Amino acid sequence: MDQAKPNVPRNAGAVNLDAEGLAPPETPWEEFLRIFKKDYQALLGFLVLVLLLITALAGKALTEWWVVFDPQVVRLTDKFLPPLSVPSPDSIPADRPFAGVYLMGTDELGRDVFARMFQGSFVSLSIGFVAVGISLGIGILLGGLSGFYGHVKLWFITVDTLIMRFTDAMMCFPTFFLILTAVALLPPSIYTIMIIIGLFSWMGTARFVRAEFLSIREQDYVTAAKALGIPEGRIIFRHMVPNALAPVFVSATIGVATAILTESGLSFLGFGVPPPYATWGNILSDGKGFVFDAPGYFHSSPGDFYRRSGL
Amino acid sequence: MVHMTESTQPLLQVTGLKKYFPVRSGLFSRVSAWVKAVDDITLHVNRGETLGLVGESGCGKTTVGRAILRLVEPTAGEVIFEGKDVLALRSKELRQMRRRMQLIFQDPYSSLNPRMTIGSIVSEPLKIHHIAQGKALQDQVDQLFMRVGLRPEHQSRYPHEFSGGQRQRVGIARALALNPKFIVCDEAVSALDVSIQAQILNLLRDLQQEFHLSYLFITHDLNVVQYLADRIAVMYLGQLAEVAPAKDLFTDPKHPYTQALLSANPVPDPTAASQRIILPGDVPSPLNPPKGCRFHPRCPHVMDVCKTVEPHLTQIGPPEKGHQVWCHLYP
Repeated sequence: MDQAKPNVPRNAGAVNLDAEGLAPPETPWEEFLRIFKKDYQALLGFLVLVLLLITALAGKALTEWWVVFDPQVVRLTDKFLPPLSVPSPDSIPADRPFAGVYLMGTDELGRDVFARMFQGSFVSLSIGFVAVGISLGIGILLGGLSGFYGHVKLWFITVDTLIMRFTDAMMCFPTFFLILTAVALLPPSIYTIMIIIGLFSWMGTARFVRAEFLSIREQDYVTAAKALGIPEGRIIFRHMVPNALAPVFVSATIGVATAILTESGLSFLGFGVPPPYATWGNILSDGKGFVFDAPGYFHSSPGDFYRRSGL
Repeated sequence: MVHMTESTQPLLQVTGLKKYFPVRSGLFSRVSAWVKAVDDITLHVNRGETLGLVGESGCGKTTVGRAILRLVEPTAGEVIFEGKDVLALRSKELRQMRRRMQLIFQDPYSSLNPRMTIGSIVSEPLKIHHIAQGKALQDQVDQLFMRVGLRPEHQSRYPHEFSGGQRQRVGIARALALNPKFIVCDEAVSALDVSIQAQILNLLRDLQQEFHLSYLFITHDLNVVQYLADRIAVMYLGQLAEVAPAKDLFTDPKHPYTQALLSANPVPDPTAASQRIILPGDVPSPLNPPKGCRFHPRCPHVMDVCKTVEPHLTQIGPPEKGHQVWCHLYP
């Protein structure tokens, strides 16, 4: 204990000011961490997020690469088991679940719901993130164009009018039914779902970015960049976009949850990710037919997970 | 006047500069009126001199500065800088031209990108114009930092960590990076408190001597121009009222507006007799400026001719003295 002491600066508690009255150098990341550590709600949320991500990654790894939990084994002897039940004595030994217990029971084909949840978490989360990535890309591009080149005239309307009316038109569609139609016409796969959800959810982002751009465009540092002869592309991406992203990220976090929910809605209706991929949505949808036969457990577990990750 | 070969031609010659902003209204946003922010300004800046541009808020000073740099596109007029017509340049030539003319801003808080370190703010123009790279770039940025009185080791910090005066120094370093000949200082010290103002003014003056810079110093603070400017141009409602060497303007103002403006300037001498000229009324709207002389509704010496005829330029004394006034009092 005593030997460790000299290493601690004497004014460790006080803010260390250098000769010119500046606080010690701190990158935005360090500053973010410092503030973040004080906020237990943020920490809690972050912890949940990390847990989810770990679950998703582990789910991918343990169900596909090193198969510890096999979501695809069909055990007709073990149908509709409640959570925490053990396999029946006459099941095939090789097909028995890890540790000999169905954590969340089994479904109508005797598949391990826990294993399917585990696999599904990766699929659901990756749909969420990829879809939001696509919608961010489109949103930032269109919003940025609209905000920066808005005054440019094309024939009789301005770029701004053109893009924003298109955005409004997109917003007018009931998104879910639009997606349903698109999904019905296209070959079903995880990627189609991701792209379609992304393509139909960029409107909010575009509006945010446009609004930010309109105010940032008038800032002196943008004028300064112009006066320095910095090319427009660089002004947009180096000077304006980083300053416009704060509200966009807020909406993106909600967007991830929305995308997962949309996918689950699609899966629930049978238009979603095709089997054999499990997602939280199609586990729920498989379960729905048997609500009355085997009450409660299959849908309660994935349903529960939505509520949590949605939050 | 000594080096007649080069200095006979001014560094910057602005002729008949106009900037009208459209006011749109109605169903198809038709242009219903024009704000005549700058209406027919003619002035020049010689090599190595400071031209102060003064006037009250909203008279178009800032627009003049930005129009010269083509940061707003002028409606009409001619800007000749180092023998080239700035307004005729294509975008590529314009980028090259911008290395020679720079701008220092009023607000040191909004003029620096909050997401970039001050080092990258200053080094960016050098990189973009391929002036220096790697070690040479670093050296050059260090030099700039030291020259404007900042510590080079602060380069990795962000603007929010600095005070207004320090930020303004960053802004100056950025403007100097491309080694310009002409700098528009748009209210460059107005946002700073007085002691910092003095530091920045001295810095600007030192830099002027060292790099042989010309300034267009836009301000509403007469004490600042008195300290820094060689010549002063007074603007009222988008037009020039009077242009004169600084000393002449302060000792012998001719235009009634200049006289009123100077009388409003506090003098640090409590015993000095104050003869404040109070102007009646407000500044008219540049949407619908008065006919004739724009100053006539408020002028204490208004005559009939002022209400109908726009005043023309009159030289006070010999033309080479350069005391010009736009007023019917001096036919």
